[in-house]
Amino acid sequence: MNTSSISNLADKAMPEPSTRKAEAPSARNSTPQFNVAMAAAGEQNATPVIVEAEKVDLFYGTKQALKSVSIPFHQNTISALIGPSGCGKSTFLRCLNRMNDLIEGCRTEGEVTLSGENIYAKSVDTVMLRQRVGMVFQKPNPFPMAIWDNIAYGPRLRGIKNKAVLGEIVEESLRGAALWDEVKDDLKKSALGLSGGQQQRLCIARALATKPEVLLMDEPCSALDPISTLKIEELMRELRSAYTIVIVTHNMQQAARVSDTTAFFLLGELIERGASAKMFTDPSDKRTEDYITGRFG
Amino acid sequence: MATAPAPLPDSPSPVPPKYQPLASSSAHLRRRKLASTLFYLLCFSVTLLSFFLLAWIMSGIFKQGIPYLNQQFLTSFPSRFAEQAGIKSALYGSVYVLCVTAVFAIPVGIGAAIFLQEYAGDNRFARFVQVNIANLAGVPSIVYGILGLALFVRALGFERSVLSGGLTLGLLVLPIIIIATQEALRGVPNSLRHGSYALGASKWQTIRRQVLPIAMPGILTGIILSISRAMGETAPLIMMGALTYVAFVPRGLRDGFTTLPIQVFNWTSRPQVEFQAIAAAGIIVLMTVLLSLNALAIFLRYRSNSRL
Amino acid sequence: MAMENPATSQIPVAGGAATLGSVAKNSESLSATRKKPLEIALFWIFALCAAVTVFTTFGIIAVLVTESAPFFREVSLARFFGEKEWAPLFNPPHYGIFSLVCGTFLVAAGAAMFSLPMGLLAAIYLSEYASPRARNIMKPVLELLAGVPTVVYGYFALLFITPLLQNVLESMTPTLQRVTGNPNLFPTIEVFNALSASIAIAIMTLPLVASLCEDSLRVVPRALREGAYALGATKMEVSLKVVVPAALSGIMASFILAVSRAVGETMIVALAAGASPKITLNPLESIQTMTGYIVQVSMGDVPHGSIGYQTIFAVGLVLFCITVMMNLASISLVKKYRHKYD
Repeated sequence: MNTSSISNLADKAMPEPSTRKAEAPSARNSTPQFNVAMAAAGEQNATPVIVEAEKVDLFYGTKQALKSVSIPFHQNTISALIGPSGCGKSTFLRCLNRMNDLIEGCRTEGEVTLSGENIYAKSVDTVMLRQRVGMVFQKPNPFPMAIWDNIAYGPRLRGIKNKAVLGEIVEESLRGAALWDEVKDDLKKSALGLSGGQQQRLCIARALATKPEVLLMDEPCSALDPISTLKIEELMRELRSAYTIVIVTHNMQQAARVSDTTAFFLLGELIERGASAKMFTDPSDKRTEDYITGRFG
Repeated sequence: MATAPAPLPDSPSPVPPKYQPLASSSAHLRRRKLASTLFYLLCFSVTLLSFFLLAWIMSGIFKQGIPYLNQQFLTSFPSRFAEQAGIKSALYGSVYVLCVTAVFAIPVGIGAAIFLQEYAGDNRFARFVQVNIANLAGVPSIVYGILGLALFVRALGFERSVLSGGLTLGLLVLPIIIIATQEALRGVPNSLRHGSYALGASKWQTIRRQVLPIAMPGILTGIILSISRAMGETAPLIMMGALTYVAFVPRGLRDGFTTLPIQVFNWTSRPQVEFQAIAAAGIIVLMTVLLSLNALAIFLRYRSNSRL
Repeated sequence: MAMENPATSQIPVAGGAATLGSVAKNSESLSATRKKPLEIALFWIFALCAAVTVFTTFGIIAVLVTESAPFFREVSLARFFGEKEWAPLFNPPHYGIFSLVCGTFLVAAGAAMFSLPMGLLAAIYLSEYASPRARNIMKPVLELLAGVPTVVYGYFALLFITPLLQNVLESMTPTLQRVTGNPNLFPTIEVFNALSASIAIAIMTLPLVASLCEDSLRVVPRALREGAYALGATKMEVSLKVVVPAALSGIMASFILAVSRAVGETMIVALAAGASPKITLNPLESIQTMTGYIVQVSMGDVPHGSIGYQTIFAVGLVLFCITVMMNLASISLVKKYRHKYD
C-alpha cells in the first residue's frame, strides 16, 4: 500500500465548518485533466480528514462483502473508488451514509467517522446523517414531480415553508449543479421530461439543496452519454471547492480525469490507495496494474 | 454553463444551524421522528384491524351456525320448520350450475386469452377487446343477471333452468379467467417460443407443448378463483329468477334449481331467528368450500411465483 | 408460423405430404409448409372465443336499451331525471331515478369513507413496513378475505352490525342529550339502514383496495425511495411524500374500482339497506339503492311486460352507465400508470 503521503496527515481533529469556505472560483474554467495533477500534488495535504472508515466489515447474511476496509477522505477532495463489478466499491460507498441499513439482512462492523463522530453509534440518527452526507445514484432518480418540487424536497423536510426562501435555495442549487440556465423557465414542469444528463444534474442539485458536507456519487455517469458525462465531470471539479466528493466509477479514464485520490477494490478488499496521478501511472500492486491496464475486469 | 458560480457555503443560509453533531436532534427533527413512528403505528393497527374484522365475522357466524350443522342439515331439503331444513337441493344445484359454468367458461376463457396473447398482436381490435374485458370484469353482477334473463331465459327459451344459470355465471367469470390466463401466458419467456419455432414447430405446436404447460399453474389459479367467485354469486341468479324454494334435486339441464348462496339469502331475509341461525350454518358450509378453493388457488400462485 | 414469404411461394409445390416423413436433408421445399388447416381453424376458434366477450358487452347494451325502450316511451326523460320520488308501483306512480341514485351513492360514499383510507394505510404497511415474511403471510390472507361471498357480508350487516349500531346509539343517547341540551332527543337507527350496509361494503372492499394499492406501491422503483432516504427523509416522509405521489394514478384507479364495486354491490344492500327509496343524507335511515330495487322487483310478482317490470331495465341501464364510466376511468388510469415506470 502506497499511503505515505496520506499517512503523514493524521489530523483527525474535528474541523471548524468555516475552514470549508475554500477558494471557490479557482478550479473553474481550467480543464479537469490539468487539475488532477495539481490536486494530487499539493492541495490534499492541506485539508483535514472529514470522513474516515476504519476496519469496515460488511456482511450480506453470511456472505462477507467488505473485508476490513480503512480509508480516510480529505476535505475538498474527490476520491474515486474503482474496481471490477461486485468488488464492493458501491457497497462501501453506501456504508458512508448508512444506505445499507435499508437492505434486509445487511450487517456492518467497524467504524466510520464523520468529523470525528462514529456514524454507526447507537445514538446516531440516519435522518440527520443523510442530511450531511448527500448521495447521487447510478441511474438518475428524479421524483415524479415538478423540477422545483424535486429540489425543494429536502429543505421542505427540514421544515422550511417560506416560498421565497425555498425559491432561493432552488435557484442556488440549480446554479450549483449548472442546470439553472437550461430549466429556469420550466421549473413547474415534470422532472421526468428532462434528458438523462439533465436528470442526473437535477439529482445533484437536489442533493446540494440540503447543503451536505460530503457528496457520495455511485457511478453517476454510467447511464449517460459522453457529452452529459463531460458536463457532470466539469461540475464535480467545481463542486470540489465546497464539498468533499466520493465517487464510484467503472470508468478508469473518468477516475483519472476527476479524482485526487483513487482507491482500488477487489473482492471486497481495499488493494491499493493513493494519489490518482500515481495510481494510474505507477501502481505499486500487481493486481492494480493488471486492472488499470485492462488485463481483467 | 460555466457562468454559474457555486457559492453555496458562502450565501446566507436559510437552513437551520448546519452540521449539528449527529447524535443531537433538534425539536423539529424529534417531531418528524415522532410523526413517523405514529404513522407506522397507524398503518400497522389498520392492517391488524382488517384481520380482526375477518376473525370477528367468522367467529360470529360460527357461533350462530355450528349448533345446526349436522348430517341432517346436509341431507335434507328446505322446510318450513327450521329444525328439519337442509341444504341438499342447494348443494346439488350449486354443483350442477358450476359444472355448466366450468364447461362453458374454461375453454372459452383460455381460448380468448390465447388469441389475445399469442395471435392478436397489438392492433386496434385487440386493444378494444382488452379494454372491453377489463370493463366487463367491473360490471355489476346483477347486470349479468339482466342479460341472462333476457338472453337465456327468454330469447333462447332455456327457462329458469340450470343451463341458464350456469351460462349466466359463465359470462360473469369469463373476464376473470381471461385476465388470469393472459397473465400466465405473459409470464412465459419469449425465448422458449423462439426456441420452439427455431426447431420448426408450428404456432399451435409451440403453444400446446411449450407455452401452455409452463403457464398451467397460473391458468389453474385463475380457473379456481373464477369457480369460487361463481359459487358465491347470488344476485344474477336471483335476477334471472332462480327459485328460492326447491325441494328436489335437479335431474337435467332444463330443471329448476337453487344454490347455496340463494338459500342463505332466503333464510337470512326471514324474520325468524331459527332461520337466521341455519343461514349461518349454510354460510359455514359455503365458506368452507370457498375458502379452501381460494386457499388452493393462492397456494398454487405463490408456489409458481417463487419457482420462477 | 407465417411462411408466406413472397419469394419462396413462387417455387412450385413439391408434394408436401409425400415428403413429410423423410429425414433426408433439404428434402422439403420451403413452400410446402402451407399453413395447415388445423392452424387456421384454431386461429378462428380462438378469435371467436375472444369475440364472446364483445358479444357480451353488446348483448348487455342491446338488452338494456331495447327492454327499457317501452318504459321510456311511457315515461319522459324529464320525469325520469326530474321527479323526486321513486314509486313505480304506487298510484299515481312516480319515476324519479334520483332517489335511487342518491341511496346508492349514500351507501357507496359511506363505504368509501372507511375502505379507501384504511385500504391505503394497510397497503402502505404491507409495501413499506412489513418484513417480507410478514407480507408473505398477510397478503394471501387479505386475498382470502376478498373471496368471501357478498351474501355473507349481507348476513353480517343485518344480524351483527345493525344490532351493534343500535346498542352503541342507545348507550350514547344520554350523552348526546346532554351535549345538545335537548332531553327529547332520541336518535334512532332503523332495522334497515344505509350505515350498516356501508360498513359491510367497506369491509368487503377493504381487501380489494389494500391489495390493488399495494401492487401499485410496489411498482414504484426502489431508486426513488433511496433517493428520498439519501436526502434525510423519515420513513413516513418517504412513504407519503414520494411513494404515494409516485403511485397516485394506480392508487386512484383502485379507489375508483372500489367505488364502482360498491355502487354495483347487490346482496348487502338487498339484505341490510331496506326498500324505501328516498333522497336523504342520513345514513341511519332506511333507503334503497338501484341494485336493491332491481332485486326487489325481480323477486316480487310484478307481471312481465308491465311498466313496473320494465323499470328494472331502465334502472339497470343507469347502473350500467355509471359503473362503465367509472371502470373506464380506472382502466385509463391504470394504463397511464403502467407506462410510467416501464
